Amino acid sequence: MNSELASARRIIRLGFALTAIALIAVAGVYVRALMYTPIEVRQGAAQKIFYVHAPAAWAALMAFSLVGIVSALYLWLKDPRLDLFAASSAEVGLAFSVVMLTTGPIWGKPVWGTWWTWDARLTLTLMIFLLFLGYLTLRAALSDPSERARFSAVVGILGLVLVPFIHLSVYLFRTLHPAPILLKPSKPSLPDTMLATLLYALATFTLLYIGFVTTRYGLARAVAAQSGREGTDA
Amino acid sequence: MASWIRLAWLIAAKDLRVELRSKTALLSSLVFAALVLVVFNFARDASLVSSTVLAPSVLWITIAFAAVIALNRAFNLERENASMSGLLLAPISRGVIYVGKFLANLAFVAAVELVTLPLFVLFFNVDIWDSLGGLLGVMALASIGFVAVGTIFSAMVVKTRFAELMLPVLLLPFMVPPLIGAVQVTTRLLSGRPLSEMLGWLRLLAVYDVVFVTLCVMVFPALVDE
Repeated sequence: MNSELASARRIIRLGFALTAIALIAVAGVYVRALMYTPIEVRQGAAQKIFYVHAPAAWAALMAFSLVGIVSALYLWLKDPRLDLFAASSAEVGLAFSVVMLTTGPIWGKPVWGTWWTWDARLTLTLMIFLLFLGYLTLRAALSDPSERARFSAVVGILGLVLVPFIHLSVYLFRTLHPAPILLKPSKPSLPDTMLATLLYALATFTLLYIGFVTTRYGLARAVAAQSGREGTDA
Repeated sequence: MASWIRLAWLIAAKDLRVELRSKTALLSSLVFAALVLVVFNFARDASLVSSTVLAPSVLWITIAFAAVIALNRAFNLERENASMSGLLLAPISRGVIYVGKFLANLAFVAAVELVTLPLFVLFFNVDIWDSLGGLLGVMALASIGFVAVGTIFSAMVVKTRFAELMLPVLLLPFMVPPLIGAVQVTTRLLSGRPLSEMLGWLRLLAVYDVVFVTLCVMVFPALVDE
């Protein structure tokens, strides 16, 4: 049981190290975005928030997909570590989606002239945020670990399947959001310097996600080890 | 296959019989639906917004809320006297139990919808006579999907402390695609548009139903097996 706690500590230390590296890299993103990336012609300085908004959205979506995939794996393999990972990913994803949902309107107000619009991707990301909240609320409301793991895995899987349906159903409304600029068949329609900053920011936020999740996962392992030990003592 | 359907029907019939004897959940969902319709009528300025513009959304919001109330009862029934354990001990597959519960819930939500519709016509003065068939069809198509997911969630939330609050928090995001589709189709039906304008939405509703019913049958055993 002690070795379990020790390995949890090792994971937490690794998570701290990764997070520290990622935070330094995030500082680098700001410096690069503000000083070495040209100002966009039509949007002016407001466009700089793009380098936080888009990577945060990317990290939130990655977190959400991983919750769904790992949930499916949990139901198949029944390894409690997978459940702890899904829970950690959901918490970190919630944090990133809050960043995405706060930077979005701040950017939208000067550029679109409105804080919020029911455009397809905005609605989708808001729904993902709400699904994260539902997932974590359910976890908090269940006390039995096995029940919590099984139930939340089901919500994780159903949520992942729901996302394309929400996207499809809200897409049929007119959309304000810029069309995809990175993952499209032709060449990305972003000047090279801006693209480089964006890609750097994406990599940084991915690392930040990994750092956060590793730390959170280590903590969850430590809590599980601790409660397991109390269980045997009693 | 035939016995599989018969077993599922037995479970559904048991639920419906229990409900028809007490009538508490059914009556309260019906009264709730009527009240929501009445309150909606006061929530609009009749001189500014005509009732026909608002009608489809009012109808579907009422149905959504009443359905959540109705779904809350599904597994509450099984919690008393640990009757869920009895059900699980029966020599039948978990999928059959799920389908039985799903059918009972579907009948339940359908009953609420069939009472909501005439009240809606009465209060909002909408002429649905020409589109009645289509309207009933879209009600069925939209309900199957969210009742399938709602049945899964109602089995989960009975284990939590605030079940009545937990169910809408989990279920409402899953109601978004069926609701959008249903409101779009209802709007077109009420204004007499041709079928071709609704086909896309109807397809979306149908795919949603097929995907989620299948998925729910597959994941249900994970909920009840310790």
